Amino acid sequence: MIFLFYMLSAIMIISALLVVFSKNPVNSVIYLIVCFLAMAGHYILLNAQFLAVVHIIVYTGAIMVLFLFVIMLLNLNKAIIPQKSRVTRISAVITGGIFFLVLLAATRQTFEIHARYPFRGDIGLVSEVGNTLFHEFLLPFEMSSVLFISAMVGAIMFGKKDA
Amino acid sequence: MKLLTTRSKVVSDKKMTFLERIYIPAILKGMYITIRHFFGKKATISYPEQKREFSQVYRGQHVLKRDDQGRERCTACGLCAVACPAEAITMIAAERKPGEEHLYREEKYAAVYEINMLRCIFCGDCEEACPKDAIFLTDRIVASDYKRKPFIYGKDILVEPVDPDKRIDISARQTESVLKFKQDKRFAHNK
Amino acid sequence: MDWTILIYKTIFLFIILFVTLLVAMYSTYGERKVAAFMQDRRGPNRAGPFGLFQPLADGVKMFMKEEIIPLTANKKLFILGPSIAMTTALLTGVVIPWGATLKIGGREFSMQIADLNIGILYVFAMVSIGVYGIMIGGWASNNKYALYGAIRAASQMISYELAMGMSIVALILTTGSLSLHEIVEQQQGMHWNIFYQPLGFLIFLTCAFAETNRAPFDLPECETELIGGYHTEYSSMKLGFYLFAEYINMFVSSAVIATLYFGGYNMPFIDQLGLSPNTVTLLGTAFFFLKIFGMIFLFMWIRWTLPRFRYDQLMNLGWKGLIPLAIFNIFVTGVYYFFTELT
Repeated sequence: MIFLFYMLSAIMIISALLVVFSKNPVNSVIYLIVCFLAMAGHYILLNAQFLAVVHIIVYTGAIMVLFLFVIMLLNLNKAIIPQKSRVTRISAVITGGIFFLVLLAATRQTFEIHARYPFRGDIGLVSEVGNTLFHEFLLPFEMSSVLFISAMVGAIMFGKKDA
Repeated sequence: MKLLTTRSKVVSDKKMTFLERIYIPAILKGMYITIRHFFGKKATISYPEQKREFSQVYRGQHVLKRDDQGRERCTACGLCAVACPAEAITMIAAERKPGEEHLYREEKYAAVYEINMLRCIFCGDCEEACPKDAIFLTDRIVASDYKRKPFIYGKDILVEPVDPDKRIDISARQTESVLKFKQDKRFAHNK
Repeated sequence: MDWTILIYKTIFLFIILFVTLLVAMYSTYGERKVAAFMQDRRGPNRAGPFGLFQPLADGVKMFMKEEIIPLTANKKLFILGPSIAMTTALLTGVVIPWGATLKIGGREFSMQIADLNIGILYVFAMVSIGVYGIMIGGWASNNKYALYGAIRAASQMISYELAMGMSIVALILTTGSLSLHEIVEQQQGMHWNIFYQPLGFLIFLTCAFAETNRAPFDLPECETELIGGYHTEYSSMKLGFYLFAEYINMFVSSAVIATLYFGGYNMPFIDQLGLSPNTVTLLGTAFFFLKIFGMIFLFMWIRWTLPRFRYDQLMNLGWKGLIPLAIFNIFVTGVYYFFTELT
């Protein structure tokens, strides 16, 4: 188990770095997909099968397909990418660094949370997730689903307008 | 306007009814048609095992006939070459030498007789033109090949074998109407 | 770790793999025969009796053909494409319950490799990854037709996955479980889900055609418009992988449909015959395969009956037809269960 954990983590980190460093945007997307799959592997190690599969369906299967779709259509190559000025680059580095610090601080906080909620093996199973969503977080869940429905209806209405 | 077939339909742009719009009845109708064909009779003829019958007057590969004694009937008159609309026939005539009487019936014979099967349109005019009943079209199929050269058939392919058992049978094509047509033509020539 | 279970699972895995490949192989033969019969022809009948060795001959031909990778193609991704298509197609068979349990020597052996409690979602996940095989292959070919095919495949898959997922939601409302094994067990007797979810079945079937790129939804690979679509540049066994993956997908989706809507390995009236449990299990598996072959035949039947959609028609059907219909189906199912649960 621990070996699997380290392997998945290594795959995740390497592919995440390759997303940033690879020149070809299509390659970046593919490395991001690998990264997501490794993350799904982590979920499975935590016995959160539902989360793992939904993660694959939603992120790998839908969002990344759209990413790839757009990148394929854009036909990006080196000539199109504009050279950024020095000020933009420096400010980008600073913003990124600050964001990294925030993440680091947030990660440190998680130790406390860990102590408060002990790990349960069945937390990620579909029945547990369902119970939590429909009892503890019923209102936010329903609100967000109404939001999604309205977004979808809106999209269909946009489509109908032209026809 | 007079309709050409009984199955033609007038195209209209009318609004589809609900049943038409959900497509399912139309799909089922189409599926019914295909499944009927699925169990229907097949149109294919499995060729090498099962041969399709030729028409009685089918015109295929030519044959140069011999007479009863095994002598070539062709006298290289050139009428077939003149009659040929595709100009597929060429020949070189030669004089019969003494001692060759058993090979050639007339004093003059075709030393070279070639038909270009790529040009030939199998109209049968050569057969009609022949005054010596020497050339006939048979129900044999001209074989395919990879190059153009082999399609120029010489005497080695066209002349039938001497052996009486291996003669090419042409009687199938000589139906009554064909013979009558030839007879009429001969009389017309005499006029 | 129980070693017998491990060995059994491994052997069973290989059997499933072998059967899947075999069925996919003979689906190509079946496809050509069905096509021929519906067009009043005889189909392949030269290689072996009734042409039964035709798939072998085709396989040999595929292997012997020259392997061409276009000069301007992205070589790594060009190879990755068909590999992904094949892998994801094969992975789906893992969660399908091929039969009930066998009892050998006092032990119970389940005829399912992994009974995940999220079985259906796993199938969805694999299907949604499968589109990458087509997209990556089409993009890496560096050919405009292949790219068109890839883009069409991507948008078609995403559009129809939604309606498919929602038709499944209504089904889950009736079954109350995501595990394929439990769904099959609930359909014992003649309580097949198709009788409870006819509309959902129609939506699911339509989406299954679209997800497997079969006619009338074979726009990503249509010959007349895109000269083969995403596999225009492919040759030899890489092309073979793409074509093969399509047939495996067809087999697996037929199996999923049979599992979800036609009672899986359940056979009506089998319990009244008084047979031993093992015989019942094996008969059930045979019956399951009969259902699958029936579905495969339906796939082929539809393919050789209906013409291909135009692209805007495809999108209209998906977004304006099937999705509202699926939402309506969920609504009706939900209302029904809401009132029946109350009383």
